[in-house]
Amino acid sequence: MPVTPVLTRRWNTANVHTLEAYEQADGYQALRQAFDLAPDDIIKIVKDSGLRGRGGAGFPTGMKWGFIPQGDGKPHYLVINADEGEPGTCKDAPLMMIDPHSLVEGIIIASYAVRATNAYVYVRGELVHAARRLRAAVAEAYAAGYLGTNILDSGFDLDLVIHSGAGAYICGEETALLDSLEGRRGQPRLRPPFPATHGLYASPTVVNNVETIASVPFIISGGVEEFRSLGRERSPGPKIFSLSGHVTRPGQYEVPMGTTLRELLDMAGGVREGRALKAWTPGGSSTPMLTAEHLDAPLDFEGMVEAGSLLGTAALMIMDDTTCMVRTALRLAQFYAHESCGKCTPCREGTTWLVSILKRLENGVGDQQDIDTLLDACDNIFGRAFCALADGAVSPIVSGIKFFKDEFVAHYTEGGCPFADTRSTVLAGAH
Amino acid sequence: MTFPDETVTEARSIIERYPAGRSRSALLPMLHLVQSVEGCVTPEGVKFCAEQLGLTTAEVGAVATFYTMYKRRPVGDWLVSVCTNLSCTLLGGQEIFDDLSRHLGVGHDEATADGTITFEHAECLAACDYAPVMTVNYEFYDHVDPASARGLVDALGNGERPAPTRGAPLCTFAEISRELAGLPPARADAVAGPAAGVPSLAGLLIAERDSRQASVADEPPAPATTSASSDGGS
Ligand SMILES: Cc1cc2nc3c(=O)[nH]c(=O)nc-3n(C[C@H](O)[C@H](O)[C@H](O)COP(=O)(O)O)c2cc1C
Ligand code: SF4
Ligand code: FES
Repeated sequence: MPVTPVLTRRWNTANVHTLEAYEQADGYQALRQAFDLAPDDIIKIVKDSGLRGRGGAGFPTGMKWGFIPQGDGKPHYLVINADEGEPGTCKDAPLMMIDPHSLVEGIIIASYAVRATNAYVYVRGELVHAARRLRAAVAEAYAAGYLGTNILDSGFDLDLVIHSGAGAYICGEETALLDSLEGRRGQPRLRPPFPATHGLYASPTVVNNVETIASVPFIISGGVEEFRSLGRERSPGPKIFSLSGHVTRPGQYEVPMGTTLRELLDMAGGVREGRALKAWTPGGSSTPMLTAEHLDAPLDFEGMVEAGSLLGTAALMIMDDTTCMVRTALRLAQFYAHESCGKCTPCREGTTWLVSILKRLENGVGDQQDIDTLLDACDNIFGRAFCALADGAVSPIVSGIKFFKDEFVAHYTEGGCPFADTRSTVLAGAH
Repeated sequence: MTFPDETVTEARSIIERYPAGRSRSALLPMLHLVQSVEGCVTPEGVKFCAEQLGLTTAEVGAVATFYTMYKRRPVGDWLVSVCTNLSCTLLGGQEIFDDLSRHLGVGHDEATADGTITFEHAECLAACDYAPVMTVNYEFYDHVDPASARGLVDALGNGERPAPTRGAPLCTFAEISRELAGLPPARADAVAGPAAGVPSLAGLLIAERDSRQASVADEPPAPATTSASSDGGS
């Protein structure tokens, strides 16, 4: 399986964050093509392309755009989810930092399609360099007539604002994001009504991920066939996979949907030297972990469900045989407990309980009952909380116990972490 | 304190970014703005935002306490954050945090005695492919280890401003808070600061190497010196 740089193709082009370099690299050509089409035709093209959301859930993008009521006399909004915070996920940040105009171009085309006159990019606060380069790109785009009124004489008007968040993983959940953008605590909203009819300021709103929208110019200029020539029938197109952890050459690898971990590891030089693959996440910490058994499972939405996990954000965190699965589960449980927004009890209370039980186990003072209690607690959290954060919170624990139960047991039969003495090798194995 | 007229003018410019009647959307940027003036979000800062936006202080306070980037205690010039989430910790992030904590003599969310450095651990910073990472005022220092992390904070203590691996030349916490509010960067060369290291280009470099047909099986790909290093716009 080859590397297929599409979204990443300009990333090694000097100064491509500037308008001049971006235009030289065929930037804003897709926008000109888009303005020759009717908005509904663009929605149809995106539907036909089969593009599915890259923010984690894989919802068909064209269908989402089609839900926006047209001719309703209300303002429409496009909101870009650039809150990238799912542990392991690191694809939107480089895209915005290195090639910000590609996102701006996608935003203009998408806004034209759904007839939005205001668009916002909600960038997670910590990503200051991404927000900075986006703001610079937006200023250049206004000056060049790609934003503002009567863009390129199309009669279409669009204002675009870059909005920095303030540190809260839950604001990546699309309805929490909308509340946050309205100046509130970022807590998820009850659905229905859905953002398509009652989104930002209770108006029709499309919320899409950065990578989703950056894919749109390629679909417009390359066409549906070219997009579909990559990937698989139900999960078409190129996709950026992010490899991190115990891998020789961590980084961003853009390949067709359906590529396997074995193929990706080949490109990335394999698991770090002298070590064997133990566990990995296909799509960030909220997706159930898999093992070496799943090296040949196709990495796409269907393939990962078949393997018992989810594609999520295609963030592959690679863990080798020095990794303690209890410590891993604990570290992630602490993350979810910290990031729980507190709105509902199963998640707010449950994640705190998970942390204290895992701590006990990791410190060697747990017992058999702790494993049962963990699984029972996870069972009571999964599917019973207000939003998907809580479902994600139990993934590392349930999948960890599923594949590595012996290791959880060893923590109490041996009175401590069996990996305690490999901790010191962690750094030695680094750079 | 009362905020200077300039802050009032800037607050108005922030409000104008959002549609008429939707001024509350300006609250997050405005909290970054008051934090830039006072080093943290104080009761006065909350009151200022409430007055400008026609909200109650309770409404603003509820928002300010929800988000981790709004600080309750004054941050000095440097906010030093070490990522301890999974991909970083697999490569030593927790050890780096612990070591730096001992070195600085402070724990999470605490400031050094002279008040210049506020120290914290951070959750995943969307830079896992550069792990272990840390940031100073949110600019990235990639592939750190205990020694380089100590070196970095020592340099800050000596009044130096080591260049980040990815990001703009360092500015103070007050200045970066203004950028978070959407105001222009403190330095004209901020935008040109480097953004693409080898991990961001990992896949692309393989494709470029293959298309040059110069594939030497075991040679790890390297960035084309001209283009990757010129990303910084130098
Ligand atoms: C806890 C949580 C965090 C999320 N974080 C993000 C995020 O950082 N970026 C993102 O695009 N989607 C995130 N999502 C998914 C969004 O809710 C939403 O599905 C997505 O933005 C839709 O865009 P897409 O259809 O283009 O993928 C998150 C969901 C949950 C439950
Ligand atoms: S599941 Fe957790 S994050 Fe989601 S609404 Fe409930 S408390 Fe908030
Ligand atoms: S885990 Fe440290 S940046 Fe993602």
